[in-house]
Amino acid sequence: MTQISKRRATVYWTGFSIIVVLLIVAPLVLPEFWRRFLTEILIWGLLAMSSDLLIGYTGMVSFGHSAFFGLGMYGAAAAILMVKPPNLWLAILYGLAGSAAIALFVAYFSTRLRDIYFAITTLIFSQIFYVIIFTWTEVTGGENGLSFPRPQLGIPGIYTTPFTSTTLHWFVLAAVVISYLILRRITQSPFGMVLQSIRENEARTRAIGYPVERYKMVAVMLSGLFAGLAGVLYAVQNRFAAPDFVYFLISGEVVIFNVMGGIGTLLGPILGAGFFLGLRELFSRLFPWIATTFNMPQIEQFPYLIPLGIIFILMVIFLPQGLLGFAKRWLNST
Amino acid sequence: MDIPWDIIVIQTVNGLVSGMILALVASGLTLIFGIMDVVNFAHGELFMLGAYMGVIVLTTTGSFWLALVLAILIVALLGAAMQVITLRPLLGRDPLNTILATFGISLVLQNYALWQFGPVARKIQEPFTGQFTLFYLQYPWYRIVIAALSAGIIGGLYLFLKYGRYGIWIRATTQDRVMAQAMGIPVPWVHTGVFAIGAGMAAASGVLFGPLVGVNHAMGLDWVLKAFIVVVVGGMGNLGGSILAAIFISLLEAYASIWVSPSQAIIVSSVVLILTLLFRPTGLFVPTPK
Amino acid sequence: MSPSDTSKQPLVAVEDIHTYYGKSHILNGVSLQVGAGEVVGLLGRNGVGKSTTLKTIMGLVSPSQGRVLFEGKTVSGMPSHKLARLGIGYVPEDRRIFKLLTVMENLRTGLDRDGVTEEKKKQLLDKAFTYFPRLGERRAQAGGTLSGGEQQMLAIARVMMLEPKIVLLDEPTEGLMPRMVSQIREIIDVLHQEGVAILLVEQNVPLTLAASQRVYFMEKGAVRHQALASSLTVNDPVIHQYLGV
Repeated sequence: MTQISKRRATVYWTGFSIIVVLLIVAPLVLPEFWRRFLTEILIWGLLAMSSDLLIGYTGMVSFGHSAFFGLGMYGAAAAILMVKPPNLWLAILYGLAGSAAIALFVAYFSTRLRDIYFAITTLIFSQIFYVIIFTWTEVTGGENGLSFPRPQLGIPGIYTTPFTSTTLHWFVLAAVVISYLILRRITQSPFGMVLQSIRENEARTRAIGYPVERYKMVAVMLSGLFAGLAGVLYAVQNRFAAPDFVYFLISGEVVIFNVMGGIGTLLGPILGAGFFLGLRELFSRLFPWIATTFNMPQIEQFPYLIPLGIIFILMVIFLPQGLLGFAKRWLNST
Repeated sequence: MDIPWDIIVIQTVNGLVSGMILALVASGLTLIFGIMDVVNFAHGELFMLGAYMGVIVLTTTGSFWLALVLAILIVALLGAAMQVITLRPLLGRDPLNTILATFGISLVLQNYALWQFGPVARKIQEPFTGQFTLFYLQYPWYRIVIAALSAGIIGGLYLFLKYGRYGIWIRATTQDRVMAQAMGIPVPWVHTGVFAIGAGMAAASGVLFGPLVGVNHAMGLDWVLKAFIVVVVGGMGNLGGSILAAIFISLLEAYASIWVSPSQAIIVSSVVLILTLLFRPTGLFVPTPK
Repeated sequence: MSPSDTSKQPLVAVEDIHTYYGKSHILNGVSLQVGAGEVVGLLGRNGVGKSTTLKTIMGLVSPSQGRVLFEGKTVSGMPSHKLARLGIGYVPEDRRIFKLLTVMENLRTGLDRDGVTEEKKKQLLDKAFTYFPRLGERRAQAGGTLSGGEQQMLAIARVMMLEPKIVLLDEPTEGLMPRMVSQIREIIDVLHQEGVAILLVEQNVPLTLAASQRVYFMEKGAVRHQALASSLTVNDPVIHQYLGV
């Protein structure tokens, strides 16, 4: 490594460590609500990060991540409900298996398609799964979803202890950090380079001799795996699974996180998730407050998605590279 | 097996009716895509707003036909404004940007409708009642009329594209945007005009379809998905293909709902989509390029 | 050395244009002028930037430096449809007629303008079919079914419907049979008689020298030399210098 890149790497890893330490300490000082809020941001951030592998690095926009997320959730639910006592690791395993299967299915059909067709097809696929889950009431609980207890942390048979919101937060943080490191390794590997070359110029990559479809399929599966993991974590945290999470609006929100945070940066989407969810909290409180303070009752129910949507549209037009986009080069080279 | 011919005929009629309305929504979408390469995610919301405009005008004036006309005009203008404000700045950028922008717009419009009109569905009164006997059913005349009207609007669009001066502009712009500009055709305004036409058509479907279902803020979502399936199966940018695909898919779903519930009927159209993508990706009714 | 019409301003003036395609510096300081009613030739080897110069004038390509003036006013940066309305007609190298439109519809893209009476439209159409009888015969046929030569005629006729003040012709005789080449020559003369200026990019040197009043020579993205067409012969050393192998 050259002098400059060594220094860059040090700066980067120092900054990274500081943020991780802050995240570790956070639940100890934050009130309960914000503790959970932070954990949720991490989970959605993981989902968005998984999607970034496709959008930012392979150039494939997927509107189907809700399917992977949902299957991870339901997979975990299945493990928890079917095997007693509820086993955390089994839940993860089932969840990943479920989302991997769906990812394989989606990958097989969609990787031949370019751009818009791929996006629309993934959207329609996630809707198909939504309909299946919504109507197959005997297995999935249909409209009402499934609720289940939270499995305990530890290894059943040897030592287990119930999660506290703090230890759960640390568990999620660990999962997200490890996932990030793995994804980072992948994007910087030769495999990742080929993905990026596909994004730059698919025809040329194919002409050089790479089996583009196979690379795309692997990318979709990897992306689906991490999305499924996010689903498992969500199930563990919230103790329910519902078809709403498979609805394509969730996929849409994920893409919003990606764009807001900056595609192709892996960390950007996590920031984007935080930004979006933070603004949502802000607006959800702001309008009722304005309504009571200025005696404008009609504002009380003003949907947060209107100002959020407008901000998103403005960002697409004026800040398409997202919040972290300016640092994209830097983040990817260290 | 005892073939229920009467049910099949009834479902055929139902399928044709919803097929024509779907064709109206989808042709606006495919027109916009064919000419501007824009995937308009907000198309379902334009449909929904058209229906709401219809409700408002109908309750204030009592005239269904006035509601139809005004809804078309208002939403067409809204569509034009949308295109000028949010889509023109994105010209020349990655198509992903327009998908995202229109997705954002759809969220804003949907929630605006939710806030303005509330979550309870509204009803549009049918402009006339009156039924005829189809086998053992009393089939409402109104349904036939809206199918005919939809066909009429699409036919009007076809004539406009083929013979009008602006139709030539639109077709020239579709084929070669650069040379169209070099011939003095104001391409940016052609784009805005086409978007407005597409929006107007979506609004018309909203008003026509309104009496059949409840009008509520989320009604656009299902139609957008169906319309997208239709547009892909029919061949993106292919007007004739979309119409055929719309009727084809609606008929299939109508027949399927004899045996399964309507919400599962979407699986039927999705299967058609998958098969199309696998074997005839340019469109079911379009000859595959060699 | 070369007399240019300094008594009145040129119809089209290109001043020190630099244009890039990506990182390639295609135009490296192009300056030229075309006076009203003049036929001016632009000669040079393949790839020196002749087509790009025409495209820059027509607003299809934006220069990063320099400007284009039409009747004394700066027009560089204006969208092409406005330039067409101002009176600049463009006939590109690959003709690019609207293949799915009929011959008649192709012509109408130029005819359907504000301020043109029905009678005037009829006049212009009659003129087009008089000079290009073949187009008249095929007026209801789709443009894509025409032969190469007929498509070239259509491309020129279409531009004539705009009643332009200047026509930018990019290699009109490329790939045409000799009989058609002389037809092109006649059209250029007709346009010249009507007072339409022409900027002619061509590989066909004899045609260019015969049809033009003045000729510019381009090399490596810049205009290097100009001369009166009458002062040059086909075997002139200047010709060899800028066009020879």
